[in-house]
Amino acid sequence: MNFSTLTSQFGALTFDGLVLGAIYALVALGYTLVYGVLRLINFAHSEIFMLGTFGALLSAHAIGLNAESAPRSGLALIGTFLLVTIVAMAISGLAAVLLERIAYRGLRRRGAGRLTVLISAIGASLFLQEAVALWRGRNYETFPRFLEKEVWFTLFGADIRSDKVLILVSAALMMIALERFVSVTRLGRGIRAVAQNQDTSVLMGVNIDRVVTLTFLIGGLMAGFAGSLNQVYFEQTRFSIGIVLGVKAFTAAVLGGIGNLRGALLGGLVLGVVESYGAAIFGGSWKDVVAFVILVLVLMFRPSGLLGETLQKARA
Amino acid sequence: MKVSFRSTASVLATLALALGGLVAVGTPAQAALPKGCKTLSLGFFGALTGDAGNLGKNISQGAELAVAQYGLKASKVKVDFVSFDSQGDPAQAPGLAQSAIKNKCLVGIIGPAFSGESMAANPIFQRGGLSIITPSATNPALSQQGWKIFHRALGTDAIQGSMGAKYIKAVLKPSKVAVIDDASEYGKGLATVVATSLGSLVVTRTSLDPKSPDFSSTISQIKSGGADVVYYGGYYAEAGRLAKQLKDAGVTATFMSGDGTLDPGFVTAGGSATDGAVVTCACAPIDTTKVGRAFKAAYKARFGVKDGTYSPEAFDATNFFLAAIKSGKTTRASINAYVSTKSWVGITKTLKFSKIGEVSGGAIFAYVYKGGQNTASLIK
Repeated sequence: MNFSTLTSQFGALTFDGLVLGAIYALVALGYTLVYGVLRLINFAHSEIFMLGTFGALLSAHAIGLNAESAPRSGLALIGTFLLVTIVAMAISGLAAVLLERIAYRGLRRRGAGRLTVLISAIGASLFLQEAVALWRGRNYETFPRFLEKEVWFTLFGADIRSDKVLILVSAALMMIALERFVSVTRLGRGIRAVAQNQDTSVLMGVNIDRVVTLTFLIGGLMAGFAGSLNQVYFEQTRFSIGIVLGVKAFTAAVLGGIGNLRGALLGGLVLGVVESYGAAIFGGSWKDVVAFVILVLVLMFRPSGLLGETLQKARA
Repeated sequence: MKVSFRSTASVLATLALALGGLVAVGTPAQAALPKGCKTLSLGFFGALTGDAGNLGKNISQGAELAVAQYGLKASKVKVDFVSFDSQGDPAQAPGLAQSAIKNKCLVGIIGPAFSGESMAANPIFQRGGLSIITPSATNPALSQQGWKIFHRALGTDAIQGSMGAKYIKAVLKPSKVAVIDDASEYGKGLATVVATSLGSLVVTRTSLDPKSPDFSSTISQIKSGGADVVYYGGYYAEAGRLAKQLKDAGVTATFMSGDGTLDPGFVTAGGSATDGAVVTCACAPIDTTKVGRAFKAAYKARFGVKDGTYSPEAFDATNFFLAAIKSGKTTRASINAYVSTKSWVGITKTLKFSKIGEVSGGAIFAYVYKGGQNTASLIK
């Protein structure tokens, strides 16, 4: 136990925790949406994220970026970031939709039990991991740096660095957009209707398959976005990169209240910050222990998570 | 001698035929091989796949090269090469070791590659009387277990750690040091030796989680301690990531690590943050000698890639076994006795083992990185 780092580096730990938490939150949205609509824990979602990181990596290679290339600036920087991110989102979104078609839809139509679908999810997860391992090898691949990691200023001891600001700001914009989409648009209303009651929404003329596809697509797009941000921040990927992050994002979703969009955001940020403090007090190898102890404690007193609300009850 | 040898062999062959017809008719007369064997085998034991597969592959290919070169020359006893892929996992090691000792034609093991799996597998090799020379497992405790079959072709982490600390004090001369590890058997052991040897110079001592992509809280800890040197005990992928995140966070301290980091993967992960980094290793740079350069060329020709960390040590260990076989030893017991008592002039050093299986003269080298390349010097 060592509180001196926590006190002397409080600002830095909080800021770094929020940045990591923003990535957790984006991935957590995918778990929470699918759970809200289908009551299914999509364990292959971490692999959708992993495919997004590869989408970012391969598109960066495709436009000629490599380990030696110099960081970009101005319009070139924005263009590069947009391209890499859109490719990552497209690949993750497509993969999520295909995943639903192949691994879940058949089971769902036959009314298979939850456990069956869960096993199918785990199978899909392993399949995707090993397929990527065979394709790209098992070693880390390095993502080229196109954004100079420049410290702009220091605030309460925290280095306000370009890549961290990019992650926080863009993740926040993305989540606001999603929240608006679900609560305002017609398609969003469809998602909420199915989450509330599948049978009734079918009677009301909602095309359930389309809603489910849409849900997976949105979850995949968010995971792809997170994958791209993760590459900008950590600059490394390989087949197994989704495992730990997936567990963390799932934890964030449960912590905030699974099935609740704002819960995923809050859960992600809280988890990121708690981990950061925990690692500073007990040492980095205790980070996960601290995070999961907090989760257990929260669930003991609030079994439905911090916000508790589910997607179905979300106000429109 | 020749005549008597032949007659013994033919008597044996006749005997074997009479006993069960195991020796094929027409096989040329050979030295007395274990029953049912046409050739002897040497085996590699360690990770070929999995997270640390790179490290194991270097070792396995070094051993394979030695066996292949032996096969090119005319010899009385043919030797083939087998591998036991443990994935570096101590949980898989005992089962594999069991299957290894059941193979009667297997007379020597190059490995186990890592310390964790050695602890699990070596008692089984001891029971089977199967001689082992590890070219890479550096945990000091391994030679203290009373295993008669254990030999180690390089210096231990106790030596590497204390020499690393010596280098820090004598060359880097910092006022404060941070010592970090990955909480593994190897990383923590090595980092602890370094921290103990440095004593009061250490201002930060902590472990990180190697599975996490993010080391920011550990970096905050290092920053609040204000160290001029950061020592990391662990493996290459995390070492590279840590070096990079330190540099991005504005930490200018010299980065230093141990042999688990001496892999091209360190530069792949760390990029320009590896400039100025120092990595210690019990592995000798071999490109200064003629035999060393010949080894490098032969390795490149056979596998199409450059040799890696501990490839030369594995080559030496295998050649020691082959020397035993060449001198007419064909049983596990006689081969173990040979490598335990005799010596072998290899390309990295002269292998001569003490009673507990430690090699004499385990020198430690410092590899300093610049522009993705490293240059080695002996730590005196």
